[in-house]
Amino acid sequence: MDIDAVFHTNHSGIVTTNPLLDQLPSYQSLLYRRKVATDGSKRRGSARSRLSSSSSLKRDASTFSRQDKQKVQTLQRPARELPKTMEEKRAHKKQMDAAHQLSSWGQWSQNTRRCLKRLKDEARASMKSMQLWRGDIHLIEGRFGTGIQSYFFFLRFLVMLNFIIFLLMFSFVMLPIIVAPHASGNSTYSQSNDSVCAVYPSSTRRGLVLFREQLTDMLSGEGFLEQTYLFYGYYTVDRIHFAYIIYNLPLAYLLATIGYLIVSLIWIVKRSATGFKDNMVQDEDRFQSFCNKIFAGWDFCITNKNAAGLKKKSLSYELKTDLEEERMKQKKADRTRRERCRIYLIRVILNVFVVGVLCGCFYSIYAATSYSQQAQMSTVKGNSFMDLLIEYLPSIVITMANFITPLLFAIIINYEDYSPAFEIRFTLMRCVFMRLASIGVLLFSLWSRITTCNDKTCICGYNHQQYSCWETRVGQEMYKLAIFDFLIIAAVALFIEFPRKLLVDYCNCGLVKWWGYQEFAIPQNVLEIVYGQTICWIGTFYSPLLPAICTIKYIFIFYIKKVSLMKNCRPATRPFRASSSNFFFLGVLLIGLSLASVPVVFSIAQINSSKACGPFVNYTTSWEALTSTVSQLPSGIRGLLYILSSEVVAVSLFVITCLGMFYVIALAGAHKRVINQLREQLAMEVRDKHFLMAKAQSLSGAKPPHFKSKSRSRSGGSPSYHTSFTSNFSEAVSLVHPPPHSSSHV
Amino acid sequence: MKWVLFVDEHALPCFKTYNSTTAQIRATRLKIEKNSLCSQFGFLFKESQMCKSVLCSRLHGRYHELAPHLVPMDYTNDPECKIPPALIVNMPELKENPFRNRIVESFSEDGQGNLSFNEFVDMFSVLSETAPRELKAIYAFKIYDYNVDNYLCKEDLEKTLNKLTKEELTPEEVELVCEKTIEEADLDGDNKLSFADFENMITRAPDFLSTFHIRI
Repeated sequence: MDIDAVFHTNHSGIVTTNPLLDQLPSYQSLLYRRKVATDGSKRRGSARSRLSSSSSLKRDASTFSRQDKQKVQTLQRPARELPKTMEEKRAHKKQMDAAHQLSSWGQWSQNTRRCLKRLKDEARASMKSMQLWRGDIHLIEGRFGTGIQSYFFFLRFLVMLNFIIFLLMFSFVMLPIIVAPHASGNSTYSQSNDSVCAVYPSSTRRGLVLFREQLTDMLSGEGFLEQTYLFYGYYTVDRIHFAYIIYNLPLAYLLATIGYLIVSLIWIVKRSATGFKDNMVQDEDRFQSFCNKIFAGWDFCITNKNAAGLKKKSLSYELKTDLEEERMKQKKADRTRRERCRIYLIRVILNVFVVGVLCGCFYSIYAATSYSQQAQMSTVKGNSFMDLLIEYLPSIVITMANFITPLLFAIIINYEDYSPAFEIRFTLMRCVFMRLASIGVLLFSLWSRITTCNDKTCICGYNHQQYSCWETRVGQEMYKLAIFDFLIIAAVALFIEFPRKLLVDYCNCGLVKWWGYQEFAIPQNVLEIVYGQTICWIGTFYSPLLPAICTIKYIFIFYIKKVSLMKNCRPATRPFRASSSNFFFLGVLLIGLSLASVPVVFSIAQINSSKACGPFVNYTTSWEALTSTVSQLPSGIRGLLYILSSEVVAVSLFVITCLGMFYVIALAGAHKRVINQLREQLAMEVRDKHFLMAKAQSLSGAKPPHFKSKSRSRSGGSPSYHTSFTSNFSEAVSLVHPPPHSSSHV
Repeated sequence: MKWVLFVDEHALPCFKTYNSTTAQIRATRLKIEKNSLCSQFGFLFKESQMCKSVLCSRLHGRYHELAPHLVPMDYTNDPECKIPPALIVNMPELKENPFRNRIVESFSEDGQGNLSFNEFVDMFSVLSETAPRELKAIYAFKIYDYNVDNYLCKEDLEKTLNKLTKEELTPEEVELVCEKTIEEADLDGDNKLSFADFENMITRAPDFLSTFHIRI
């Protein structure tokens, strides 16, 4: 249908044209565009007369049906969602019930649907009420807002994740061993023939063991703890023969490890899916814009007077920061070339300095680990405090480095002259890198010690003289890191934050008052627990009970942090938005997961498993447990698995994933273009409206009315708001109809 | 079609203030179970659901304790009573809210802030966690529209901003922020925000749903 001309019908249904409507700004710009494209402006005059009344009637019908459809849509929405008062809602409900006189079958099905829906709602509500720590987090939200609440949600998520990982490892690795004697299972143990590599000197203490020594053993994971289910070395069962099946424990161990990594990945990605969407939308449309701060900035849940005052301060701080950023942008645009060179030079120098600092930290961690390992080898099992200190030396160095470097980064970033938002993000990135890389350095130093022997090549594939059961040693290091992390968090809360609060409360010195309470800095706290979780992920392969320890550790940390927050802390002046924080937390967690999977996968696949202990004694590497099982499968499945793991399938999968990604990106681009076009159309519509109203005034010669149409203001009832643009559009369209009468609309 | 109230059911602190007048509570609850209140508020919950009736009785209890001399315990005769806004804005949930006056005014029929029980329930229903986004957007627009002209003009924004920041920003900064806000959200170029502009902007505001709710 040719819609060149803007036309309407008069009351008799005959097509007429209106020169007024041809002057509409939107039509003019449409014509202009079309003229530019096809140069067919001459068509306008002839087309108008040619058009029949049926098409115009159709167009009328379509506008009317649009209005009807909207009415039906309003009717179909549940009454509770309508923005009307109670009486209007009841009238609406009555109307709806009257409209739908269903048969008995219809009513029955409707009733069942309603019952099911209500059941679902109730189930969801009861599930929600059973969530862990709901009341505590609710309290925190009320006093400190949604930013800090998101930290506690994150902590709760980690507790659940660790618990699930523990259940996985327990049910597949430990449960069969424990159940075997009771279920008449016959366990066979793995024996190694290789005599040199299979030497495993016992590390249990002999003779009278003091309690102090037992405590030292508990803290360092050695001594009596080494020969428990806590560490890899104790799992020597090879097969368990139950009534009908043979349970292959090494395979189960390996698959459980891979399983927990995959489960963590899927759960984190699922959880971050919504946050990612929001973040993408934000980035497109002026991230954390003014509108969001003004209209969605006040947290209506706040009931505490102090919290309210704090929120106001933080909001004004945010707005000032945003204005500052605008000024910075302006300044940046105005920068001269000379200034730009100077700033770049400063940035390069400072980045080199940062890299130097990082290298220094990493080297000290490496040196500390080497020294600690060396010292543990050479000295006889002493029981002094110094020995414990030496055992914990890597942990201490890591913690100190992670304490000093954020302060350093915060000072350096001031000289680099970035915009405030970028400053925060960049500092955070540096801290994340520092935290996670320090674990990597520790593992690297361990690996270099395990795989280098005195002579050139290692007989057993690893350093069997010093590390007869190297997996247990790695497990012990991770165990020590986890314990020390927990001790540090507890110690900081007890010995730094609490005295600070007491000092601020009871000392009247001006300096102390200015120092103030401890700020609950969310990013640093999040990095702490992500660090702990990364250790857990790495350590679970070497120490299957570590997830349980981490679950309990995080439960304690929850209560410590909560009490510390309530008593000792004040909220940060730089507020952390709940919406973006979810994405940040899970993003950092994903980085931690990817970092954690590298050493685990590497050690499973590359480093020879120790021959003296553990379930993989009969295999060269741990991965061989899987390959040997696959080679024993029937040939059909075996062939299939070989094909699936070949390069052909991998490359094709990669190519298909890339194609899918490009498709989605193209789709997103197309949507964006449509959105821009619709936006332009919106602006056009309103310009049309202005134009028509001005014309109507001039035609009717009436007094120019207020543009703020006061006639629609409160008239006893709440004004009904249309909830979609189509309603305004239909309004605009109805205005197109008889223009001489438009003065009555005004 | 039976309704479900949107109000959140798990506000434990409320029950504490409630227990002081247990006799009255029991009486109210009995009346509810005897369908007297249910016939009035039959749309709100199913009669057999104990928790919902407790919820309604709790809300009614809160309403009652705002003005015990005004609000009757028995609603069978459908009394017409409204509580003046001065009493409602002193509720602990609303006391610290800078927009409390506007909230109460937006939900009142006369625009002055006198709320009947219907409107009281309406208010907490819209402000609960499970109310849909469009509904919240409508009422948010009403709340921020100080001069009630269906547009958020610059003066409305300035008042909102001053209430939010407690006058910590200088007048130039306030002016600048209002300008930027209108610039960001105004799609039709009339230098003020109509409801369409506001709705379009608020659906893209990521914090809106998480901040625009009150727990009772």
